[in-house]
Order: sequence, then C-alpha cells, then structure tokens
Amino acid sequence: MVHRIDCRRLLCPMPVIRVQNAIEQLSPGNRVEAVCTDPGALNDIPAWSRINGHRVVETRAEAGEYIVVVEVAGDSTS
Amino acid sequence: MSEQRKAVALISGGLDSLLAARVIQDQGVHVEGINFYTGFCVEGHTHAIRKRDQGKNKRNNALWVAEQLGIKLHIVDIVEEYKDILIHPKHGYGANMNPCLDCKVFMVRKAHEWIADHGFDFIITGEVVGQRPMSQRKATMPVVSQESGAQDLLLRPLCAKNLPETRPEREGWVVREQLFDFSGRSRKPQMALAARLGFEDYAQPAGGCCFLTDEQYSIKLRDLWQARGRRDYDMDDIMLLKVGRHLRPSPRYKVIIAREEGEANFLQGYRNSFPHIRTVSHGGPLALIDGEISDADIELIARLVSRYSQGRDADEVELAYTPLAGESREIRVAPLKPHEIPKEWLI
Repeated sequence: MVHRIDCRRLLCPMPVIRVQNAIEQLSPGNRVEAVCTDPGALNDIPAWSRINGHRVVETRAEAGEYIVVVEVAGDSTS
Repeated sequence: MSEQRKAVALISGGLDSLLAARVIQDQGVHVEGINFYTGFCVEGHTHAIRKRDQGKNKRNNALWVAEQLGIKLHIVDIVEEYKDILIHPKHGYGANMNPCLDCKVFMVRKAHEWIADHGFDFIITGEVVGQRPMSQRKATMPVVSQESGAQDLLLRPLCAKNLPETRPEREGWVVREQLFDFSGRSRKPQMALAARLGFEDYAQPAGGCCFLTDEQYSIKLRDLWQARGRRDYDMDDIMLLKVGRHLRPSPRYKVIIAREEGEANFLQGYRNSFPHIRTVSHGGPLALIDGEISDADIELIARLVSRYSQGRDADEVELAYTPLAGESREIRVAPLKPHEIPKEWLI
C-alpha cells in the first residue's frame, strides 16, 4: 500500500519529519510517497531512510516537484 | 555479561555533539540521536529558497552526523511548543532574540521524556563549560540538569571531568576516566579529538545554527511583534522573516520584496495569503504586503516596489496590484528616488 503525503511548500527537515511520522504508523512493506517542493528532500529523505534502515525505492523530479518513495523496513522501530 | 546501556544524544549537526556521541559509543553504549526542529534552524532554508545558493551542498548536518556515527536519528517537530520558550523565556534572551538557556532546558526536558518513553538510560549532549556565553557557563550547566528534570541522567562527555559525577559514571555504565575536561571557547581540543577519532569533515557553524542568534533576523522579529501589538508568530511568519527585503513605510503595514528569482518563486507560494504587487512593464520583484492598507497606500507601495525593478530609472512603471479578495488592477507610477526612501523604512 502506498501512502501519499503532501510536503509541498515545506522546507527541510519538515518533509523528513512527515515521512518519519508516517512510517511510525505503518507496517513493514508499506510505502510512503512524499511529494515535495524543496529539492533538499532528495538528499534528506534518503539520508534519513538509510540511517533508520528503510529503503528508498524511487526518487524523481517532475514539474517542479520532487517525489521520494520509501518502503518501510521489517524492523520499523524508528 | 552486563546489559548494554542505551543513551540518546542531542544531535545539532555540529562537531561537539558528534564527538560526544562517538566517545560514548566507544564505551560500548548503544546510542541513538535526537534532533529538535524549532523552525528557526538555519540549515538548508536559505539554500533552498535562494537561487544563487541552490548549487551549494544542501546536506542536513544532523542527518549527516548520524550517518557518520552509524546511529538512528529521531527528528522531533517542536515548532508549536517552542513558541512559549521564545515568547516567555524565564532566563531571558542572549545578545539577540536567542533564549539559549531556556531552549537548552526545554530540549533536555524533551529528551528526558523521550528516554522514559523508549526505555533508554541516559542523555548526552556536546555541551562544554564556558563554550557559549549564555547556556554553557559553569553556573548554568546545573540549571539545565535541574530544570529539565533530567538531573544526573544528563552526561556531558566533553567536559564531564569538570562537573559532578553523574549516574552513568557512578553506576559504571561509562568510565569517567575516559571522558574529557574541555572548557572555554577554544575549539582546539575538539579539533584534536576529531582528528584522533578520524573525523575530517564536519560543520563549524559560527554563532550556532539558529536564526534567533542573528541580529537582522531578531530585529525583524521584534518589528513583527511591535506592529501586531502582540508577541506571537506562526510558521509562515518564521519563513517570511528569512526571505526578501522588508520595508515598513507605516506602522500599519510592511512590504516584503523579493531580492532575486529564488525568493520571488518562494513568495509566489504566499500569493493567496497576502495582497501583492509586481511590475509588469519591466522585469522586477514580487512583493507581498503584510498588514492593513488603504487605497491611498497602494500608490506609495507601487512606487517603492518599482524602485527595486529594472524600471527604477524610468519615468513610469506599470505594476499589477492584487488584493486578497478581488481582481488584479493595473497602476502606473513613477519609481521613488533613493532619497525618497527613508532609512528607517528598512527593517
């Protein structure tokens, strides 16, 4: 299941916080799709995901928006 | 085999918290990081907004530090709770609008709540006695421990030998002899320790990483409160104080004028929340109007904004004014001359 979260107009680290808080509520294997306008999210969400053991499955930029998709790891204790 | 103890480290993204966390990790303690977002954090925002800065490295230093340490990082949004700290600081402000001591007490209190909720044993910070004039003095170090409620569960590994023994040391969770006795404003001991631990690349923010330590930002914040007649703010206020040239021709309103393309793009996002004006006949900035204006003010605002456009030397500039509700309308004005803009307008 993919949960879409709207992080437009938010500056980092708010998109990271939104992703983190969404993942806390999700079971392993679920995915979070963050739609951002701060290009910093392309660095920060993957960095947060790496250190907390989650997997970034897609990053893309389209029409001034930056989309990062993260899959929740088996041990979702972050 | 004894149980592995767990500590949470306050990670700002700077060198001191990086070192403090590492020396405790090296004693076999499980360490995770916590980072508090007040809304006033400098990192990233101006880079994200300003076009000229967008080529710069936009890494978040707290995340980067956590990655260097191989620890988890929990980022906590305290924007709402932080208002009370900034508006009513028990211990007052520093040189600008920085309530550093109240801020540190608050963050350690939040960390103390966090360790109780997550089954951790103690808290570590990168504080050094005498490092900062307000929050890291010999006299204020105990204030942070006591008022936060953390008491002797707060360990400052970089200056622990200058302070009374804490519970982690007393209980043997960490070895006091392997901690440090740094003090004062010199960075040399930290840099030497960084070299010894193999850290070559780290952030060295001058004056901290908070907009509230910035004089110009603090002046704008005080102006905002004075104009509104109350000490309050929301997230949009925090952001807009970071962007553009702020001019106040009247106590009733101010004008926020983008200084470059990145700022103009950022201010575009606020067009539905503020009356705004932009030049049409010449290249020029977008400007937001914050406050109460009458029709009589619009001409002056248009003349002011056109002064910052490419038509600054033209006899006449055409602009479009858009009220909060209603249609845009065109205005033709002569740009103000430099001597017609009093210095007091610039916030």
